[in-house]
Amino acid sequence: MSLESYTGNRGLVIEEPLIFEQGEAQRSGVDLPDVPDVPDRLGGLARKGNIGLPGLAEPECVRHYTRLSQKNFGIDTGFYPLGSCTMKHNPRLSEKAARLNGFANLHPLQPEATTQGALEAISLLGQWLMDLTGMSAVAMSPAAGAHGELCGLMAIRAALEDKGDARQIVLVPESAHGTNPATAALCGYQVVSIPANEKGRVDVAALKAKLDNKVAALMLTNPNTCGLFESEILEIASAVKAAGAYFYCDGANFNAIVGRVKVADLGIDAMHINLHKTFSTPHGGGGPGAGPVVLSERLKAFAPVPFVRQGKNGLELVEHCLGEAEKSFGRMKGFHGQFGVMIRALAYILSMGGNGLWQASSDAVLNANYLLARLSAELTPSFPGPCMHEALFDDRFLKDTGVTTLDFAKAMIDEGFHPMTMYFPLVVHGALLMEPTESESKQTLDIYVETLLSLAKKAKAGNAAEDFKAAPRMTPRRRLDETRAARSPVLRWKGEAVQ
Amino acid sequence: MRFLPLTDADRADMLKAVGAKSVDDLFCDVPAQARQSGALPLPKGLSEMEVERKLSAMAAKNMAASDVPCFLGAGAYRHHIPAAIDQLLTRGEFLTAYTPYQPEVSQGTLQYLFEFQTQVALITGMEVANASLYDGATACAEAALMAARVTKRAKVLMSGNVHPHYREVTATQAKFTHLEVEALAPDPFCIEDLMGRVDSQTACVVVQLPGFFGQLSDFSALASACQAEGALLVVAVTEPVALGAIKSPGEMGADIVIGDGASLGVGLNFGGPGLGLMAVKEKYVRQMPGRLIGETVDADGKRGWVLTLSTREQHIRREKATSNICTNSGLCALAFSMHMTFLGEAGFTKLAQLNHARAVQLAERLAQVKGVKLLSKTFFNEFAVQLSKPAAQVVDALAAKRILAGVPVSRLYPTWPEMENLMLIAVTETVTDEDMDALVSGLQEVLS
Amino acid sequence: MAVLRFTNEHEWISFDEGVATVGITDFAAHQLGDIVFVELPEIGKAVAKAGQAAVVESVKAASEVYSPASGTVTAINQAIVDQPGHVNESPEGDGWFYKMSLNAPGELSGLMDKAAYDAYLKTLDH
Repeated sequence: MSLESYTGNRGLVIEEPLIFEQGEAQRSGVDLPDVPDVPDRLGGLARKGNIGLPGLAEPECVRHYTRLSQKNFGIDTGFYPLGSCTMKHNPRLSEKAARLNGFANLHPLQPEATTQGALEAISLLGQWLMDLTGMSAVAMSPAAGAHGELCGLMAIRAALEDKGDARQIVLVPESAHGTNPATAALCGYQVVSIPANEKGRVDVAALKAKLDNKVAALMLTNPNTCGLFESEILEIASAVKAAGAYFYCDGANFNAIVGRVKVADLGIDAMHINLHKTFSTPHGGGGPGAGPVVLSERLKAFAPVPFVRQGKNGLELVEHCLGEAEKSFGRMKGFHGQFGVMIRALAYILSMGGNGLWQASSDAVLNANYLLARLSAELTPSFPGPCMHEALFDDRFLKDTGVTTLDFAKAMIDEGFHPMTMYFPLVVHGALLMEPTESESKQTLDIYVETLLSLAKKAKAGNAAEDFKAAPRMTPRRRLDETRAARSPVLRWKGEAVQ
Repeated sequence: MRFLPLTDADRADMLKAVGAKSVDDLFCDVPAQARQSGALPLPKGLSEMEVERKLSAMAAKNMAASDVPCFLGAGAYRHHIPAAIDQLLTRGEFLTAYTPYQPEVSQGTLQYLFEFQTQVALITGMEVANASLYDGATACAEAALMAARVTKRAKVLMSGNVHPHYREVTATQAKFTHLEVEALAPDPFCIEDLMGRVDSQTACVVVQLPGFFGQLSDFSALASACQAEGALLVVAVTEPVALGAIKSPGEMGADIVIGDGASLGVGLNFGGPGLGLMAVKEKYVRQMPGRLIGETVDADGKRGWVLTLSTREQHIRREKATSNICTNSGLCALAFSMHMTFLGEAGFTKLAQLNHARAVQLAERLAQVKGVKLLSKTFFNEFAVQLSKPAAQVVDALAAKRILAGVPVSRLYPTWPEMENLMLIAVTETVTDEDMDALVSGLQEVLS
Repeated sequence: MAVLRFTNEHEWISFDEGVATVGITDFAAHQLGDIVFVELPEIGKAVAKAGQAAVVESVKAASEVYSPASGTVTAINQAIVDQPGHVNESPEGDGWFYKMSLNAPGELSGLMDKAAYDAYLKTLDH
């Protein structure tokens, strides 16, 4: 039986053209009041000619976006074990809270007296992030994880320069996420890579050999990108400190240790927290996120503006590098940070409470260890357990099968699972990094495990490579030609405008 | 706990499979002295009803801009968002998806981002746009860095008509890199000379359209001057609705257009999240930061979309990447794109005309008020006025009367005494005749 | 008689009648996969030995091409800029990157010959 239909549609999955291939210029999905007839003040700069936008009526618009949504996989659709991304459940209460009139319809430059509730929300979330980590200060304005990294490194460089200490190097383990070296470069530093040891942790001897008075900071992800806790972290922290450098911790994997580890006691100077991972705000197809940074006492004075403080007549925003913010390294974001994301995180923490957060990290780690234990029957774990919140495998189990990590991942799609993170971290060959989070039931994990075991057996049985390479078959599109996309980029619709 | 599906029986079974006695054992790699002992210093978890009650009380302490006459702009503009947009935005397949790294199961995200890139390119009059940055201010810093890469120069000439936050974020970035920013004084009277300052060391000139103080300028001659010296022209747009009414930066010869798209679809949200926009000439695309979506075909020859030109990005280029950005503003880009789609050509241009006409109406009325002087000769939906009293006092007095009258420039430029009496007033389609009456009579009262 | 030498970074250089030609090896092209973009130096540019001279990219990787010797670029292969796939088809032939005049032909003696390079490849873990 052919899967091809006359329309190209497949039942509920309906082909959908670009908006530019629909509608006509005079139609609109929005009715607006009449424009008053007044002489313009545009000074001769009125736009001449058409823009080229199509016009669709409301029902056409609604259908367009509904159909597009049906071509996407989300956490709401199914299991999304994407390692290092913490794809946990996104509660709808958080969405409702962020849309409360008093939060959503607030202008950032209203007089402070009219925004006390908003300043209270920012302040309370910041306080809880400090409580959860034991750190002395928090910068709330960074927009995402990488932006938080930049905030931390800027504070470190400002602190060093305040002492007249011009250092040039940032040490980054080779297992680090790409944002770490990119951030260091954006902060004007030269990156020196540190190798991993055979246990998937930083090679402490190699690190110490590179620590000298030119090193400004170490950027270390903990738990690291192999899903392991850096067990020698105290020794690392004291070596960094002894060298006169600062310790930046990438907190992307904070979900594993919330309520279980006191970050301040690890000797860390700065750590960003991805609210869109650990505190459940939705990833939204790639943002928006938020990356507040907790800071140690010695970096506190250098934190960016704005920040909230208690004033005589209530809460106030410190928006300029004046007075108590004199040493601040400056502003790194428009207005006051990702407020809408902060409200969602606040709703989540209120719902979970201290007890719930502790249970969540416990379940996240238990789920990952369960996958590590059960999948080891057929897959090849890169390092012995226990792991933290994610389980790392490499492609040794696929050796000589003709099936690659990519093929294996694509076959999972036809089984209704989102693939794990592939080929990252770079320190193991053909990495498969799985992060189940605390949101998954044992039943879901069991079905996932059985599916992966059967796929692994099928690959190992031989003669399956072609089958794997044809996957996925049941998706709205099959494997896409990325080479073609890159060789002659088509980055926008270029057809004739609909008239 | 309603978000956690595991039962104690599950946990016991799973621990057995793992071969551990307790979950504590799984944390054996954590040094003993760094383990959290005892309960967390946070309150106990609450039911949904209790959380809602608590947060509603907090929200109620704010004066929502939607509940009172609101004339605030200065980089954040209140517009009506069609009801369907928010309903569609919360579809789980959009809301709870990750970055579209697996294109076979992300065609929805990829297609709307491709449409978004096209819309942004069209309204700015540029060749290509990326799939978003964090906000307008960070996009401005990214544009300066990009111009430095393209020209292999370091000097950034920053107009006094650019939003102060865009200026500050760029200055912050410059402190930590080789960028040298020459920031001109804030320029409410439009007297700065940019052309005379462009030279063979200039990487880029950054200007804003409409200007921070409201005025509209044709940057065509400046674009030519930049081109003659091998410098790039960066045009910032804080109010994209303006592009429905005025000549586009692309037509003026801009090399890079950046801005914030929060005006469309996203909403105010106390200023965040924003939506960083960036559109450029195609020849510079390999120096562009941020994600790009490209068209291709699948194994069956059907058209589809993928992330492309990724070798510019941090996950491949690491310290040599064009930026460190990873997570951007995906869902805000969707909201923007939906709003543009709902409006269409006719709706977008009418919305722009409506904003402008309403602003003209208010400007004419305010020009009659004693103690108010209109500074902007040309403007779109926002203009600057000089008051007979310090603007912050006037704004506070009117806020007490439940009128959000405008943004005192001193809030953004506190160390410039000459800015003390200046106020920015924005008028969008959400402002009613009654709102205007309230502002006019409020100002008459406060300024008398 | 033409001299052909190889570097640890998988570039090749041939030197014949005063003109040197540089490209990436078959091994390098294979490791990168489908090449989608090539950036070549400008004609007349002075390149240093082991200095960055070109960039080559596949969909998932970007790599610098380091000049095997010092000298001045005299010609570039525009065909691989227009159609980067040519590099995959013939990395050590039609897929050459640039031609150069050498400052010191003696520099080539420090590089590997074909046999040494083949032996070197065998030592790599891949």
